[in-house]
This record gives sequence, structure tokens and C-alpha cells, in this order.
Amino acid sequence: MALLEIKDLHATVGDREILKGIDLTVEAGEVHAIMGPNGSGKSTLAQVLAGRELYAVTGGQVTYDGKDLLALTPEDRAREGIFLAFQYPVEIPGVSNMYFLKAALNTIRKHRNLPELDAMDFLDRIRQKMTAMNMDQALLNRPVNAGFSGGEKKRNEIFQMAVLEPRLAILDETDSGLDIDALKLVAAGVNAMRSADRAMIVVTHYQRLLSEIVPDYVHVLADGRIVKSGGKELALELEAGGYAALGIQDEAEAVGKR
Amino acid sequence: MTAVAEQIGQWLFEFTRQEPAEPWLQHLRERAFARFTELGFPTTRDEEWRFTNVAPIAREAFRKGHADKLLAAPSGIEELTREDLERHLGRYAGFEQNAFVALNTALLCCGVIALRVPRGVFTHPIEITYDVPVSVARDPNEPAPVSIHPRTLIVVAPGAQCTIVETYKGEGHYFTNAVTEIVAGDGAVIDHYKVERESPEAFHIATMQVALGRSANFTTHNISLGGALVRNDIGVTLSEGAEATVNGLYLVNGTQHVDNHTVIDHAKPHGTSHELYKGILDGHSSAVFNGRIIVRKDAQKTDSKQTNKNLVLSDDAVIDTKPELQIHADDVRCTHGATIGQLDAESLFYLQSRGIGKAQARSLLTQAFAQDIIDRIKIPELRNQLEKVLSEKFHERSNY
Repeated sequence: MALLEIKDLHATVGDREILKGIDLTVEAGEVHAIMGPNGSGKSTLAQVLAGRELYAVTGGQVTYDGKDLLALTPEDRAREGIFLAFQYPVEIPGVSNMYFLKAALNTIRKHRNLPELDAMDFLDRIRQKMTAMNMDQALLNRPVNAGFSGGEKKRNEIFQMAVLEPRLAILDETDSGLDIDALKLVAAGVNAMRSADRAMIVVTHYQRLLSEIVPDYVHVLADGRIVKSGGKELALELEAGGYAALGIQDEAEAVGKR
Repeated sequence: MTAVAEQIGQWLFEFTRQEPAEPWLQHLRERAFARFTELGFPTTRDEEWRFTNVAPIAREAFRKGHADKLLAAPSGIEELTREDLERHLGRYAGFEQNAFVALNTALLCCGVIALRVPRGVFTHPIEITYDVPVSVARDPNEPAPVSIHPRTLIVVAPGAQCTIVETYKGEGHYFTNAVTEIVAGDGAVIDHYKVERESPEAFHIATMQVALGRSANFTTHNISLGGALVRNDIGVTLSEGAEATVNGLYLVNGTQHVDNHTVIDHAKPHGTSHELYKGILDGHSSAVFNGRIIVRKDAQKTDSKQTNKNLVLSDDAVIDTKPELQIHADDVRCTHGATIGQLDAESLFYLQSRGIGKAQARSLLTQAFAQDIIDRIKIPELRNQLEKVLSEKFHERSNY
């Protein structure tokens, strides 16, 4: 049984249909890249899988680990092992990073019938993971993402993923806004988490992230549908010929040409 | 109208049955009572009371009672001498324009807390608690509900440093009509807190007037938690180079109503004032913030900042917020801003996406909203108490 099975998924925001029938199967251990121009629905797909209420699912099914994913609340999805690394991590002044992450880890542990961690055990567990992401310990006492640089926010997302140990990680444009050093650091963090029982969906506009996180499959999303699927070489094709080579109009590029 | 007039009769009864006081005090009382009868209780036609209807207080016949007073002061704090009392009492909180202050002054008697803080650094707070326990609120021989009229006067010597905590609390239905006057000598440093946690059925009307000497530094945190109908009037007058921080936090739910009126009066040059009021409203509650900042003609180089932020958790809560800047000097910096918002949907989703339940996420974000005020409170016990109230008052049931 596949870890994730998406069948004919439709979703709207307001009156506008964004996902127009997505089919995708992801097995444990696989890394799938979802590429596509701006406005193709990549981020919508990521957010719908995580349970964002802004989007209304109007058709189709999503089965995760044998369960009806769409029936679960966002928090239950997280407790069941889904993790979304946000394209724009949210700043939450007044809530410390440490408090937030400990609360998150403990609810997930509770759900998995594991004992909750006290502050000391928690710190022990995360220290090494912070070092791996080159994160300053002082960030723990700062409010969640508040005043973080763009790179710090993205590293914080991957750090959270390392702490929460999801079974399905969805990375939404984790590469955007990163310089190459930061990109390599983030990619190394992601690669360290690849394992036979963990799947990843990597959403990106550009190929450069996929040189660092090499996917097993690449899907091209355009106008709410997957228009082409292939192996990792598909990403390179796109890099060479652009989305236009597949007959897809890229809004960003089109605007650029005007 | 007749009903209100009759209640003035009840207050007259309470006024006249007082023991006569020393001539100076008796004279003060009489002037205040005369003014009270002229003013009558304000109505919502009065601009200062537009959003706060005190008719429930005006139409009820209250008897006069006495709160249980608890005073804990570090050694070295003295009682004011009779001469100082006469010199200062009623000089700052004027009764000419405010019927409640007039009433409080008219009913002044033996119970005034009047302290002098001599030069020196007092690290332990002066704690003043006015409590209306059931034994005070209910008297089997007197069916009328009780009113208490706490009066506090603190004169802080030049260069002295102290912390003051005023607490108002009680049980059942009663009416607190409090007046506090604080006089800060030149260079005095005062950290003041007022914690209002009256009973859910209580009326609480309070005026605090603060006079700051040259280069005095005054900080107040005005915390409103309880009461059915609450009005706080805070006035601070700054001399040259004085600094005032006037912060507030109001947490209301049910049908509570809290009105905060502040007046920061920059009378002299080089004054600095910071004002941050934050409110969290739930249920059918309502709140008012009216922040007036006056910069007099002489008060050049004034630096003043005012902020009012509101978090509205329900569709039925109402907030009226109004900054009022009256600037008569030309070389000043004054800023103000007000916001009214709900819990941020994106922040909620972010927390939920990490496994934190929706109810817990809401309560985390609610607490986070008030956190910057709580962090500014320098008394740990008070900080903890507030965090507890916050999580209890706005806690929603959840499995985990």
C-alpha cells in the first residue's frame, strides 16, 4: 500500500479552481519533486495536504497510510506524521521557539504513545540537530521566526522537521530566497533525513534545489494538473528548455517578456 | 431623571450622617459634595462618557461601607503628617469636572491611606489591597448594596525610588469608587501597578492622578481583569525632563465593560511618555480606550508615543478606541496608533501544522498577544498570576 495516494483532487480558493484533478502516488522511501510555473497550483497542493482551511477540496480523495487524509484536522495530520515546511514560515511574536517546538514534539509523542519530554531531555535531543543546521542556540529563546532572516527561517523549518521526524515531509519552495551556501546546508539537512520509511514531496520552481536533493520522480504541474511525470532527468530538461519547451506558459516568464 | 435625583438623596443621607471632620477636611468634603450635586452622574451625552453608561450605578441606592484594607509597606515608609495630608489631599485629583471624584472626596474620612516615601531606595513594594469580602458586601441589617470609596495618597520624596501595587478585589455586588493621588518629587522613580480583579458583579470606577516633578520617572501598569462595569481615569502631569510610561492590559469576556481613559499632560519641555494599552475581548464584552496626550506650549522637545492594540476573539465583542492629541508646541515628536484584530489564521495553521491542537494554538496566540505587557512587569508573583488568569480566562476545552 502506498504511503500517499492522491486521486483526482480538486480544490478551490473562493470561486477559483486551483487544483483541477491531481493524481499522485508516493511510496515510503521515495522523493518526489513537483515543479511548475508560478500559479500552477504547487503551493496549493502542499497546503491542501497539510490541511489549510483556506482551500476547499471540491472533489477527489487522498489516502495517507490507509486513512482518509481529508477527514483529518491539520493537527491530526501532523500527529500522524505529515510535515509541511512552509514557503513563508510564519512569525509568531510572544511564543518562544523553544516552547513552541517542545509543545509540538510532545503532542506528537503523546499521539504515538511515547512519554513526553521534559525541558532537559528535550534540549539534549535537539542540541545536535541545531548544530547540524548551523543554528545558534540563542534562536531557541527568541519568538518563533520573529526577526529571523529569510535563511534562518528556512533552516528553522528543516530543523523542526528533523526534530519532529515526520513520515511524509512536504517542502514548499524551501529553496526560495536562499543563497547557494544556505541552500546546500538546507539540502544536507533534508538528505540526512532520507530513509526507507520516510517519503518527501519537494515543491520547487527551479531545478537547482534538485541537484542537491536528487528526486526519484519529477512531476510537472501546470494549470492545476500534472502534465508530465518522469525521472530526475525531467528536471534537467526543464532547466535547459524552460517550461515553454513543454508548451507551458510561465506567468513569471511571460510577464518578463512583456 | 427622578430616579437619579432620588439616589442623590441617598448620597446626601450618607454624606450627612458622617461624623464631622476637622475643619479643613469638613470644608473639602462640603465643597466636593456641593459639586457632586451640581454635576450629577455623567450620562452618555457627556463626551467623556460617551461609550460608558453609568446609569446602573446612578440608579441604585448604595450605602457607604468600608473595604478591608491591607497595607504592607517596607520599613522606612511613613504615614503622612497631618500638615502634609492637608497640603496634598485633593490637590491633584480635582473634583470640579468628575462627579465620582467629587463623591469620593465628599465621603472622605478616617480611612485614607496616606504615605510618605522618604529619600532612599525601597526594593520591596508598598502593597495596598482594598478587599470587599462577603462580610462587607452583605449586611443582613442593611439591604442596600455597599459602596466603598478608597482614597490613597502617596507622596514620594525627591530622589526616592519605590514600587507600589494597588489591588482591588471582592465578592458579590458592590460599587468601588476609588481615587489615588501620587506625587513624585524631583528625580523620584516610581514603579506602579494597579490590579483590578473585582467580582464579576461589581462596579469599579477609579481615578488616579499623578504629578511628576522634574526628571521624575513614573511607570504604571494598569491591569483590568474583573468587574461588570469598570472605568479607569488616569492622569499624569509631567514637569521638565520627566518620563512617564503608562501601560495597561484589559482582559474581558462575558458582558464585562472596561473603559480606560488616560490623559498624559506634558506641561514642561523635554518630557517623554510611552503608552501601550492592550486588550483582549471575548464573548459580548466591550472596551473603550481613550488616550489624550496634551503637549503644552512650553513643552518643547516632548517625545511621546501611544499605542493601543486589541485582540477581539468573538464576533459580539465591541471596542471603541480613540487617540486624542492636543499639541500646542512645535518642536515635538508624537506618534500614536491603534489596531483591532483577530487571531491570525496563518499563525493558527502554522501551529496546528506542527501538531498543536486548535484550542491550544488559540490560547497560545492569545497569551502571546499579551506577552509583551506581561514581560514588562517586574514583580514575578504578579507576572505569574497574570499568566494564570490569561490561560484560565481564555482557555478553550481540548483533548490535547
